[in-house]
Amino acid sequence: MIIQALTLTLRLAIMVSAILLVIGIPLAYWLAFSRRRWKFLVEAIVSLPIVLPPTVLGFYVLVAVGPFTPLGRWYQALTGHSLAFTFEGLVLGSVLYSLPFAVQPMATSFAAIDGKLLDASALLGASRWRTFWRIVLPLGLPGVLTGLVLSFAHTLGEFGVVLMIGGNIPGATQTVSILIYDQVQALDYATANRTALILLLLCFTMLAILYGLRRHGGRNLWEWR
Amino acid sequence: MSDAATSPPGEQLTVRVQKRFRGESDSQFTLEVQLAVAGGFTILFGASGAGKSTLLDCIAGLQTPDEGTIAIGETILFDSQSRVNLPPSRRSVAYLLQSLALFPHMTVEQNVQYGLASLNKADRDARSGDVLESFRISSLVQRRPNEISAGERQRVALARALVTLPRVLLLDEPLTALDAVTKARILDDLRAWNRRHRIPILYVTHDREEVFALGESAIVLEEGRIVAQGSPHEVLQRPQSETVAQLAGFENIFDCSMTGSHPEYGTMTCRIAGSTLDLEVPLVRVNVSLPLRVGIRAGDILLASSKPQGLSARNVVDGTITSLEQRDMKVIAVVTCGPAFEVHLTLGARESLQLKPGARVWLVVKTYSCHVLQ
Repeated sequence: MIIQALTLTLRLAIMVSAILLVIGIPLAYWLAFSRRRWKFLVEAIVSLPIVLPPTVLGFYVLVAVGPFTPLGRWYQALTGHSLAFTFEGLVLGSVLYSLPFAVQPMATSFAAIDGKLLDASALLGASRWRTFWRIVLPLGLPGVLTGLVLSFAHTLGEFGVVLMIGGNIPGATQTVSILIYDQVQALDYATANRTALILLLLCFTMLAILYGLRRHGGRNLWEWR
Repeated sequence: MSDAATSPPGEQLTVRVQKRFRGESDSQFTLEVQLAVAGGFTILFGASGAGKSTLLDCIAGLQTPDEGTIAIGETILFDSQSRVNLPPSRRSVAYLLQSLALFPHMTVEQNVQYGLASLNKADRDARSGDVLESFRISSLVQRRPNEISAGERQRVALARALVTLPRVLLLDEPLTALDAVTKARILDDLRAWNRRHRIPILYVTHDREEVFALGESAIVLEEGRIVAQGSPHEVLQRPQSETVAQLAGFENIFDCSMTGSHPEYGTMTCRIAGSTLDLEVPLVRVNVSLPLRVGIRAGDILLASSKPQGLSARNVVDGTITSLEQRDMKVIAVVTCGPAFEVHLTLGARESLQLKPGARVWLVVKTYSCHVLQ
């Protein structure tokens, strides 16, 4: 039971952080460098999951993927089943829920890069694309890694969104945090304790690696700082 | 960059731009200049906020002028009428900022080769090897910018900019942080490089020595406009505006009103505002009513410990030394005789005249040491 929930949780966290890496970096780049007037609106939307109760977010996602919206109908037509109460639905909800944790550190580290370096790159004939790969990404790497680890750890521990969208189906949507809730409900404190401890250790290890990398590995990875 | 490599030497940079910009203290100025820069060094002078950096930014493509054209030889970089505006990456303009902007995460070699992405590795190595040699930094290739000295960083930044064979080089006070010897060595190497390539180099500086050391021509900007242009010698010896005056080292600048003109002698007298002190200065205008400014170099004023006789100098004024201060090998005296004059003396002069604060002295200023500024 625990192993099954744990594998599912890890699978979810890995998928979510991989997706957030792919959409987070361009979004963070845009937030860091765009001069659009309505940028603040996007910033507010991206940060919304931080303050929103997970149940609210979960509720809207549930409604959005249901049969009453175009998105829900389109997905149903494509796959033959609804997104609600599936692993894919969990991934969608978790991506939205962890978005600020990935995007904010990335955007902050991109924005902190000296603009003169970007000018210098352009003056040396580099396209924006090349400037991004050779200057922005390497110099913003600490922020990208932080965003990656934070979204991973945040997904490991999430509860409300999962419960709203996924329910509690072992092997499909039952994550470790839901399992713990289940075990406590069943008054099985001993098992709940073991499960909780595993999650605690996992999260702690992740963060320890992140901060350790920053401190120690900094000498190799970010030597110039 | 391939077209840059084959472009004939002796291309001119021509600029005619108009752009509103924010000067110091948030005041709005309009940069409105027209200039042609030939191969070789051209010095661009001006106080901060005069629009020098805005002008360079426009040429490099980091800022867009409101109106005008910018071209190198026949290549149009910017033209407001035909809506041409090449991005910085396609202008073949090298721009060296004061902060240098070396890429901190790359080695010296990676920095220098950054602009050579279109070449294959062998060509890249050959080109960068050449320029690293010219700027004497071949031994540093594996170091990072934070592991080398300020002078070496300067050389790396120059090498990185020039290895792309730009058609124009812009330098925004790049050497201000360096000591004189290091600076002179780097400039020697830059000059040697440019003897072979003859591209227009626009060099922003505040340093008067640099102007004479480098400049084949000089341009003075004041509040967005060109107020003087010519050889450094011409611009600095006959200063006509206050910016030039300060740059040319006029420690004494006085607001004056004209009290009389003597066309037959080619002179006029003017009274320093707020005093009864009259100076005889070269005649430059006939209209008596307009106020004017007179600049006098502190090194052009003589001091005498007793009233001098039989001099050709027309301005002899007595006053009192109010301060005497030694800076390096130079003595700076302030003499009050109504207005205060700054006078520069040698250590020997102070000793033989036994000057000290409170002593009575006579100031001697030749008519032609008084420069009327407009």
